[in-house]
Amino acid sequence: MRIRFEKRDYRSKRIAILVPIISLLVSFLLGAIVLGFSHANPLQTYGAMIKGAFGSQMKLQYTLVKAIPLLLCGLSVGIAFRLKFWNIGAEGQYVGGVIGITWVMQFWTFLPEALLLPVGIIVGVLTGALLGGIPGVLKAQWSVDETLTTLMMNYIIIGYAEYLYINAWKAPLGNMGTVPYPKVAWLPKIWGRVHAGIFFALALVVILWFVLYKTRWGFELNMIGKNQRAAQCQGVSIKKNIILAMLLSGAIAGLAGVIDSAAVTHQLTKGVDAGYGFTGIIIAWMSGLNPFVSIIISIIMAALETGTDALQMKLGLPSAMGEVLQGLILIPLLAGNIFIEYRVLFIRSHKELSV
Amino acid sequence: MKKSIVLLLIVLLASSFAFAQGTKEDATMANAPMKVGVIYVSSPGDFGYSYMHDQGTKAMEAYFGDKIEVIRMENIPENDSSERVMENLIDEGCKIIFANSYNYMQYMLNVAERYPDVYFEHCSGYLSNDNMSNYFGRMYQMRYLSGMIAGAMSASGKIGYVGAYNTPEVVRGINAFTLGARSVNPNATVTVVWTNTWFDPTLERQSAVALLDQGCDVIAQHQDTTEPAKAALERGKYAIGYNADFRAIIGDDRVLVSPMWNWGNYMIPEVQAALDGTWKSQSYWGGLDDDMIHLSPISPLVPQAMVDKVMAKQDEIKNDTWDVFWGALKDNTGAVRQQAGQKMSDGDMLTMDWFVEGVIGSVK
Repeated sequence: MRIRFEKRDYRSKRIAILVPIISLLVSFLLGAIVLGFSHANPLQTYGAMIKGAFGSQMKLQYTLVKAIPLLLCGLSVGIAFRLKFWNIGAEGQYVGGVIGITWVMQFWTFLPEALLLPVGIIVGVLTGALLGGIPGVLKAQWSVDETLTTLMMNYIIIGYAEYLYINAWKAPLGNMGTVPYPKVAWLPKIWGRVHAGIFFALALVVILWFVLYKTRWGFELNMIGKNQRAAQCQGVSIKKNIILAMLLSGAIAGLAGVIDSAAVTHQLTKGVDAGYGFTGIIIAWMSGLNPFVSIIISIIMAALETGTDALQMKLGLPSAMGEVLQGLILIPLLAGNIFIEYRVLFIRSHKELSV
Repeated sequence: MKKSIVLLLIVLLASSFAFAQGTKEDATMANAPMKVGVIYVSSPGDFGYSYMHDQGTKAMEAYFGDKIEVIRMENIPENDSSERVMENLIDEGCKIIFANSYNYMQYMLNVAERYPDVYFEHCSGYLSNDNMSNYFGRMYQMRYLSGMIAGAMSASGKIGYVGAYNTPEVVRGINAFTLGARSVNPNATVTVVWTNTWFDPTLERQSAVALLDQGCDVIAQHQDTTEPAKAALERGKYAIGYNADFRAIIGDDRVLVSPMWNWGNYMIPEVQAALDGTWKSQSYWGGLDDDMIHLSPISPLVPQAMVDKVMAKQDEIKNDTWDVFWGALKDNTGAVRQQAGQKMSDGDMLTMDWFVEGVIGSVK
């Protein structure tokens, strides 16, 4: 017997609903086995995780704060993925945004204080756009593989950020970070720990949804992703659109970094490469590149991180268990997607016919 | 797919609120143990920095018995996540929280300002508040003594030092170590390689190997794992441990000595003060007299005469008749940094950003 995957002609609604639910059950089951080996009660563990992420106002606020940069990075990656441009570089573009705003906060002291934040945001966003644009141009002009360039640029940018906060821009007294931004230039809090960055993220969701689904340009991007040759025959410029989409993708990842540093860390410091850009890839993928769905996915991804505190705190599980559970929950969900796009055929071999 | 995810989230949210209401705990019972939160930057399984902090935590648990209940949080990243972890610990009822790494500092201060009734203890930083202390030890004194042994045992006079970050703490340790080595071996040099990480077994090892390739025959380290020492031993060279007694852990006498921490000696009185209601904010820099720092037993490979010399120096430190950064000092560009007869202030030691003569490497 052979197993073959065949592309579905149309996506059945039933499958689209069943697959994620079954995937999630498989995830929990896998997690339960691992937890069983560590002598932990799975139901109690999952309950503690959910409570740890949403169980009080404070916990919910921390989950939302984590979800803001994740959502923005998911949106950033999603735009590039629309063209099947595999931007693995949101992490670096995010760090680039932080470098940009920190540069303004540290050295543009000639600015009036009220202008520090807006100018910082603009410079940070432009830095992200520039860093996204480079692999875009390389791909458009010389067909340089974007997976490699965006991935490698992460290491360059993160390394450069490290050089800045450990050496060039280091605050006195041995801080592993720059001098904090002046307080007037911090992005304000709106609800407990939740900051105004949430407005940027939600507004961007609406704007992107409109641009991607309701405008000619959005249609062109989609067409490029679905069938490049057909798009070209229609007179759509592939080169121009790749560069534009990557500028936009980088700008949004940069904005994620700008917002998180202006609202949460207030400096360029160790831990700036927190992995939001990489998680953004998962968010883009799981949301089917839909901005609105990204909101929910990014909250789930944030909860997966904030909820794992409870594993050590409540249940005395080792810290690595959190990461193991995160992985176990993600893998079936991601793998499950294949059953939405494809159906599995079991083919009996006909021995009498062979020879 | 999309609808089902919405549904899923609703279920998650609903169940979370159910959980939230189901178990409201009351931590203020009369005889309930005081909860103590402890945050580690790595896992105590590193046999290094966090391991020694956990030894302190264990000593504290043994001392107080059922008067306290410790909640340990390992592998907490030094970013804003640490702020959430601290608030979660307070939510669990912790009255005093220890955090063991430098970059938790600002986040701890943020939380300390929000919870004036909770005591905060930050290790290795400089910020404090009415309800937040910082604490550390004069490890540089032990670095000097271990440097003496390294200087005496190095045949080539080339000593390698794997350093984490160019922070004053690490720089001060390297300087003290170098002064110690050159006090017994005036031509000795100490070559520094930065890893820019506290904890990365692979990178720590690679850095040690690079130093060994340059001809270093003793490897010292300011890192959290035993890897640099192990790399030296595999080449048949000597190692100087750090944090824990590497000779006992690795089981090799070529680990000559290890400067060690004894965190419990700080944590126990602090928790006692919290229990008694006499806790006060302070900037604490403990030394030999309160046994916050000490040397491990010295390897039998070190000649007894040298051991006696080290012990004599240790007595001078203990009796306050001498300290490492007293007297004339030159930096490694040859410029005079301190005149003979002068004693360096704690302030200058805590902000040290230059290398003494004999160090090969750059702080910047």
